[in-house]
Amino acid sequence: MSPIVEMPALLPALPEILLVVGAMALLMVGAYRENSVQLVNGCAFALLVLAALVVYALPSGRIVTFGGGFVLDDFARVLKILTLAGSAATIALARDYQAAERQEKFEFAILILLSTTGMLMLISAADLIALYLGLELMSLALYVVAASNRDSIRSTEAGLKYFVLGALSSGMLLYGASLIYGFTGTVNFAGIAKAAGQGGLGLTFGLVFLFAGFCFKVSAVPFHMWTPDVYEGAPTPVTAFFASAPKIAAIAIFVRAPITAFPEITPQWQQIVVFVSIASMVLGAFAAIGQRNIKRLMAYSAIGHMGFALIGLAAATPEGVQGVIVYMGIYLAMTLGTFACILSMRTSHGLVENISDLAGLARTKPGMAFFLATMMFSLAGIPPLAGFFAKYFVFLAAIKAGLYALAVIGVLASVVGAYYYLLIVKVMYFDEAAEPFERMPGLLKVVTGVTGIFVLLFFVYPAPLVSAAAAAAKSLF
Amino acid sequence: MILAALFFYLFAGVCVASAFMVIAAKNPVHSVLFLILAFVSASGLFVLLGAEFLAMILIVVYVGAVAVLFLFVVMMLDVDFAELRQGFLNYLPVGALIGALVLVELLLVVGAWVIGAGVPKTITAPIPPMDAITNTEALGLVLYTRYVYYFQAAGIVLLVAMVGAIVLTLQHRARVKRQDMAAQVRRTKAEAMEVVKVRSGQGLT
Amino acid sequence: MYQAIVFLPLLGCIVAALISIAGARARHPGADPAPGAEDHATDLGPHTGGGAPSPHGDHAVIHHATHEDHPVAPPAAGSRAAELVTTLFLFVATVLSWMAFYRVGFGHQDSREVLLAWIYSADLKVDWGIRVDTLTAVMLVVVTTVSAFVHLYSIGYMEEDPHRPRFFSYLSLFTFAMLMLVTADNLVQLFFGWEGVGLASYLLIGFWYHKPEANAAAIKAFVVNRVGDFGFALGIFAVFMMTGAVDLDTVFAQAPSLTAKTIDFFGWHADAMTLICLLLFMGAMGKSAQFLLHTWLPDAMEGPTPVSALIHAATMVTAGVFMVARLSPLFELAPNAQAFVTLVGATTAFFAATVGLVQNDIKRVVAYSTCSQLGYMFVAMGVGAYSVGMFHLFTHAFFKALLFLGSGSVIHAMHHEQDMRKMGGLRDKLPVTYVCMLIGTLALTGFPLTAGYYSKDAIIEAAAAGHNPFAGYAFAMTVIAALLTSFYSWRLVFMTFHGKPADKHAHEHAHESPWVILIPLIFLSAGSIFAGLPFKELFAGEKVAEFFRESLKFGPDNHILHDMHGLHWSIPYIPTVMMAIGFLVAWQFYIRRPDIPASLARTQEPLYRFLLNKWYFDELYDLIFVRPALWLGRVLWKGGDGRIIDGLGPDGVSARVLDVTRSVVRLQTGYLYHYAFAMLIGIAGLITWFMFAGSH
Repeated sequence: MSPIVEMPALLPALPEILLVVGAMALLMVGAYRENSVQLVNGCAFALLVLAALVVYALPSGRIVTFGGGFVLDDFARVLKILTLAGSAATIALARDYQAAERQEKFEFAILILLSTTGMLMLISAADLIALYLGLELMSLALYVVAASNRDSIRSTEAGLKYFVLGALSSGMLLYGASLIYGFTGTVNFAGIAKAAGQGGLGLTFGLVFLFAGFCFKVSAVPFHMWTPDVYEGAPTPVTAFFASAPKIAAIAIFVRAPITAFPEITPQWQQIVVFVSIASMVLGAFAAIGQRNIKRLMAYSAIGHMGFALIGLAAATPEGVQGVIVYMGIYLAMTLGTFACILSMRTSHGLVENISDLAGLARTKPGMAFFLATMMFSLAGIPPLAGFFAKYFVFLAAIKAGLYALAVIGVLASVVGAYYYLLIVKVMYFDEAAEPFERMPGLLKVVTGVTGIFVLLFFVYPAPLVSAAAAAAKSLF
Repeated sequence: MILAALFFYLFAGVCVASAFMVIAAKNPVHSVLFLILAFVSASGLFVLLGAEFLAMILIVVYVGAVAVLFLFVVMMLDVDFAELRQGFLNYLPVGALIGALVLVELLLVVGAWVIGAGVPKTITAPIPPMDAITNTEALGLVLYTRYVYYFQAAGIVLLVAMVGAIVLTLQHRARVKRQDMAAQVRRTKAEAMEVVKVRSGQGLT
Repeated sequence: MYQAIVFLPLLGCIVAALISIAGARARHPGADPAPGAEDHATDLGPHTGGGAPSPHGDHAVIHHATHEDHPVAPPAAGSRAAELVTTLFLFVATVLSWMAFYRVGFGHQDSREVLLAWIYSADLKVDWGIRVDTLTAVMLVVVTTVSAFVHLYSIGYMEEDPHRPRFFSYLSLFTFAMLMLVTADNLVQLFFGWEGVGLASYLLIGFWYHKPEANAAAIKAFVVNRVGDFGFALGIFAVFMMTGAVDLDTVFAQAPSLTAKTIDFFGWHADAMTLICLLLFMGAMGKSAQFLLHTWLPDAMEGPTPVSALIHAATMVTAGVFMVARLSPLFELAPNAQAFVTLVGATTAFFAATVGLVQNDIKRVVAYSTCSQLGYMFVAMGVGAYSVGMFHLFTHAFFKALLFLGSGSVIHAMHHEQDMRKMGGLRDKLPVTYVCMLIGTLALTGFPLTAGYYSKDAIIEAAAAGHNPFAGYAFAMTVIAALLTSFYSWRLVFMTFHGKPADKHAHEHAHESPWVILIPLIFLSAGSIFAGLPFKELFAGEKVAEFFRESLKFGPDNHILHDMHGLHWSIPYIPTVMMAIGFLVAWQFYIRRPDIPASLARTQEPLYRFLLNKWYFDELYDLIFVRPALWLGRVLWKGGDGRIIDGLGPDGVSARVLDVTRSVVRLQTGYLYHYAFAMLIGIAGLITWFMFAGSH
């Protein structure tokens, strides 16, 4: 009785394998070589780019491997590339910060790599176990990097809060997964989809707990409470990381799980998503108004944007999923650009984080002010910037799916939200100049410039992202 | 059969009761001890299910390592739980309400649980009969083959945990002198000593 | 040719505006023009002498004009260029207009030209067009002639003003708009010209915008005109509603079919033709300062005197008369509206004349006189004697412009003193002006053989011969007004030119105006004398039908022109007698016994005050309209906008948003267990929802 198991196909998981092996190799380099931080950072960046290229080059079509636990389809491809871009940009953003703050730790890049591996696994997860492992791998590294500035009380507090609440959310997710397994007898998404018809209320309960875990990761209301504190407390590059890559991975599984595993009970999970989406948009819009700290403001902004992205999921149609992907792509660019500017808010006294510190930026640093204003206008969703199209696609999908109330509330929330984005523009352009910032480091300029041009000129040639998102959305249905 | 049922209820009851005591006990040391009791009861349940490997692992890893580590930490930190509990009563009513609500609803759902006709068939992995193979062997058969992906992923999770623990705790203090045995052993007389002729009455330098 | 007449003033306006804008940079009245401009002119002069409407061409024209007419470069070269260009264009247009008048009036060559498509929207089709028939030709002559002389006159009169290019630009803009109005081939273009002259009038009344009274007067003129224009616009809408067209030919063709129809409005069935004509006449009342909507005209005298002459005497205010004449095919079908026109005209004629008796401001006297004379014209329109009304319009343009320009000359001589009580004895100082004013006064009062004699007497005869219910009233009023007119006109002359100088100092410094001012006076004096007799037969005699042909329409029952000749023998003499009585009374009051007016004012205090305060119309309107409107505005502003719309709208919403924000932010306590609890509540809420709201 020795069941022969075939060697599973490894090729689809090549990017993940590449990252893990690379991470371990770099761990060795870092541990045994003095002053290897720059080297490790550079290699990590190269690895992430390489992984993205590999994802792009992998054979097309839908490939399932590891006994159904890992799936590579167009959806996974697009979102993996976005995730890898986010992670790579984070490493670029972190370099000058670490040098300036004397926090040069090679482990940072390693943890980013491993966390990114977790994200890729999460995006490709096709059963509940892979889902949980990917999620945990991603999160555990995030807990650590959140607290990585261990001499700062706020950083450690952020890490601890994130860890405890993350553990709670993992518990909920596991509880939900066990309920689902209990009611359907399988952990595989396809299997669940087959058995879901007879799951009844228990399955719905399992879904609620599962969604609680997802919502925590995308920081959707009411599982968002950690976000402002962690965003504010964590070192800024880490905040930028939190706001970009993990959100994409979490949204990916948030989309994949219900659509592939629970198509039978779509009305149920639609209700949850609609509620969460509305709550996130409204809270994100209202709470951000009261913020003075720009990182905290970006936390509420992220909450609100996740609400907008979830509108697409609420539609539960290919258009909706396409909208989500487009939204996440544009959100990624806007977030990275904004954080590149936030990381440049450095006066002679060090890094500053208050909105009032931006006063009169248009006079002291017109270029930076212009790009930051572009980001703000885009985040507010003002045409013809990319942020407008992001919202346009999800609202369109919601309207087509008949979710008029959701779309209307979304539009109203974006009106309220526009206030605080425009407030920043006002502060930069109309207020008396505060202490000028120091020169913007070159890498940050590159990130700002690339994202800024993307946001500005998206409307000229939106086809690549939109058509890729359309193909990705189709692969799920 | 009756005996098995009796033990099931015994272990299950003790497990729930001690789990409750973990959060209810005033003394943190008692909490940890109750936690150990809960683990032991759970491992008893595993034994009743015929999963003796899991039962043993639970005892060895959780009771032997994790819980004992907890105990050490609790004793060393001297956390004043009484202080932490302040306000507990303030939140008790609403907390209890929410908890009771969730409990009742879960009971209602689980109580009405009927395994669907198709569910047993959809179970993906065929479990080998227990008399043909020990469950340690059964686990071993799938762990590195069918579940290699999960196994490796879990391994990476642990790696991250290790790296994280080191990142967060290891401190290279610049001023601290450390012993480097290899350097000590490699030292030669020429490096270690300098012979200086000192003229009387003049001292060094 | 007609296009040149209409668009030359526009070109002049643009040129002057460009100079004005370019000069605004320097802001200095005497600043030298930019050297670049001069160079340009020299370079381009030889081959752009024709004045092509290109930016370079403009300079070239300046160059030309400066060198031909004024070899010595004046200090304000840019201003002078603007003056000369606009004036030159106007004189060219005048010559062309007289040619057109001859061609159309005697050669019978009516013209319709479509220049451009303007509005094509469903049934509404409006073109820019030029329609020239006799009626238009008369107006073209009046407008361009008076405008040209006023332009010329302004060169002298505005000499000391630093903003002359702007002034001439406005004047030319006004002329263009007026020509647009009179050449309109449809109601919408008519309305365009109508509003265009209103705009130009507003700009010119408020030309000295640093004077608060001028601004107030400009606003008053604009607002009061809006009341009339509102009616006019409604009238156009009603026409479009009933006929589906706005071009005149179609409307006139359909008009007879509308007589029996009604317009239903909130259950009120109004006779279509009557309502349309009354609404259109409302516009005419506003523009021509008729009784009830007259209050703006006297105040409009705050504008420079040439403006008063051009706009508020000769041309714009007669637009209402022209419009009624133009729409005579409609008014002929609405006898009730005609009766109303007669009533309003007669009342205005009388009312304005009474007020004119006691005014002391020289320009206001002339202004009320204008108002009164416009009433005469409307009387003629009302009784169906359109050509007679047009006759008076034609002659009145000359002598009233003359009177205004003469007053301006006096004012200019007296250093901008307008109060007649401070004048006196200027006869010796201003001989030419005196003679011209005398001629104007004779014409106005209807002294035999002057222009006014023919036209005014014709109106009074028409009123006597009229058949509508108010014709008798109109006859009485116009006769009394003739008496009053004579009195106040001679009063003006006597107070200004005769007697002893009231202000010795000013009198000594008074001086005759320069020739550039006097030449227009002399020409207009000639017009005031000779515009009557040669044209009498064309406008009020046997040749009317042949002269006006289709442009005026007399209904089948309208024999007014014929009836005028069958009146009692005494009636044609009544106005002349009235004029003589008025003259004698004025002579008695102001030459023989200068103390009578004062004692009369004392003994008849209430009447005097009543007249001096213009029948208290301003006060009445202030009470009825202005105060309630201000009160309503304040209520709506403070209460409606401030408290309700802002309070519940933007301010309220933003305050609520901040409240929500504050409470949401307070949720973020920073305590871990609060956060965890929030998550649990979320879970509990969701599963409770599915428990009870049911997922099945």
